[in-house]
Amino acid sequence: MVVTNFINKGVKLLAVLLVSMTSLSVQAAVLDPDRADVLYHSYEGGGMTIDGPSVLLRKKTSESVAFTAYYYLDSISSASVDVISTASAYTEKRNEGQFGVEYLHDKTLMSFNLRQSDEDDYLAQSFSINVSQDTFGDLTNLNLGLSYGDNEIKRNGDDQFEEQSEQYRIRAGINQVLTRNLTASINVEAIADSGYLNNPYRTVRYVDNSVPSGVAYQAEVYPETRNSFAAKLSASYFLPYRAALFFHYRHFNDSWEITASDVELGYRHPLGDSLELEFKVRYYQQTQAEFYSDLFPYRDAQNYLARDKELSDFSDITYGIGITYQLPASVSFGNTRSEASLQWDYIDFQYNNFRDPTADGGVGNEPFYGFSANVIRAFVSVYF
Amino acid sequence: MTNTLSPRVTALSLNCIALLSLISLSGCTSMGIEPWVKPYERQNLADPIMRFNRHPSASMHMAHVLEGRESARGAEGTGGGGCGCN
Repeated sequence: MVVTNFINKGVKLLAVLLVSMTSLSVQAAVLDPDRADVLYHSYEGGGMTIDGPSVLLRKKTSESVAFTAYYYLDSISSASVDVISTASAYTEKRNEGQFGVEYLHDKTLMSFNLRQSDEDDYLAQSFSINVSQDTFGDLTNLNLGLSYGDNEIKRNGDDQFEEQSEQYRIRAGINQVLTRNLTASINVEAIADSGYLNNPYRTVRYVDNSVPSGVAYQAEVYPETRNSFAAKLSASYFLPYRAALFFHYRHFNDSWEITASDVELGYRHPLGDSLELEFKVRYYQQTQAEFYSDLFPYRDAQNYLARDKELSDFSDITYGIGITYQLPASVSFGNTRSEASLQWDYIDFQYNNFRDPTADGGVGNEPFYGFSANVIRAFVSVYF
Repeated sequence: MTNTLSPRVTALSLNCIALLSLISLSGCTSMGIEPWVKPYERQNLADPIMRFNRHPSASMHMAHVLEGRESARGAEGTGGGGCGCN
């Protein structure tokens, strides 16, 4: 019912915008330039190591049509705290592919994107449609998008297990030039999930005095629906000595009673003609899901049960630095322009009601869990 | 479980977006408001260092990293849609 209303509203909104857009008299805009990106990414922290390549290729076939292809691989080796308390470490691969097409008509940009993510135990397929429009002397850009995703969830070692979930997304945004040095945007997005939303491997723990350890485990049980809403305010400011300042603030809440917010400040500073430095700091905090508990008092203590640390009350802070070097023409291909970039993010997670079950202290009295992660990206971008 | 995000709130939000969009699309000039930053005054805004999404592959990767570790999702301004992060 909620999902049906959601779609109906989305379709009406899309219709309103399309009618409005066609009533405008406009001049031509241009598509983004062709580019190719080859990237290596690495994540290491909390017992997990994930790395792999990604490739992005974007090519215009005319002044009004562009195609995008994207490939991404995660090679995962996991012995995270969730895994080692009740199961064994594992390795797996995740392949992701995307294909997109953009069509520009005057100042209206329409895009369609297909995406598939494939693992041994998870297949996610989705498509999205986006429409954006420059208006008001190109001071304002409006955008609207819809997405639908279908997921098949399996459990390794259990051939009988097969579940499904669906996701609808609707988003809208407005980007406004405020002064000759300042732009701001507001984006909102509503997401509705339904189906099997659990992680099939994770368990909750509860007090059980009949076993020597005093604690036993049972499978998590999540609600079969989740509706969420996020709003984000962004701004970018051009500083007088040619540098850029970025600001983001996002607020989020959902039907699982999670409320979250994050704030980010970024700074980009060119050095000479060929170097560019980037710095950022980001803070995130969230409240727990209503059905989360680190330790339940007994088995089947409530209808819904979760002990995912991602659903607990926690905060994290990210410090990031990046450098981009514009390669000299002598090492670029033909008439292309190339850049090499390196980015490093350090993220520190601190959990406020998720305890480390591998630590000493007795059941329910262990210290709160925390970990840090290093995220690295090295990539080359070629513009042609 | 209390539903903190009722369909009514979602519907109201979408209607507000539609209304604001309509005003922005067709209302400003009819209200006598003219674009106040002229095209020849936008060289700073057009500078590549001002691009939010200067490195799209890197942005998508960071969004994917956070999506699997935080509950908040949506309104990132990047792709998204199913993380496959069991």
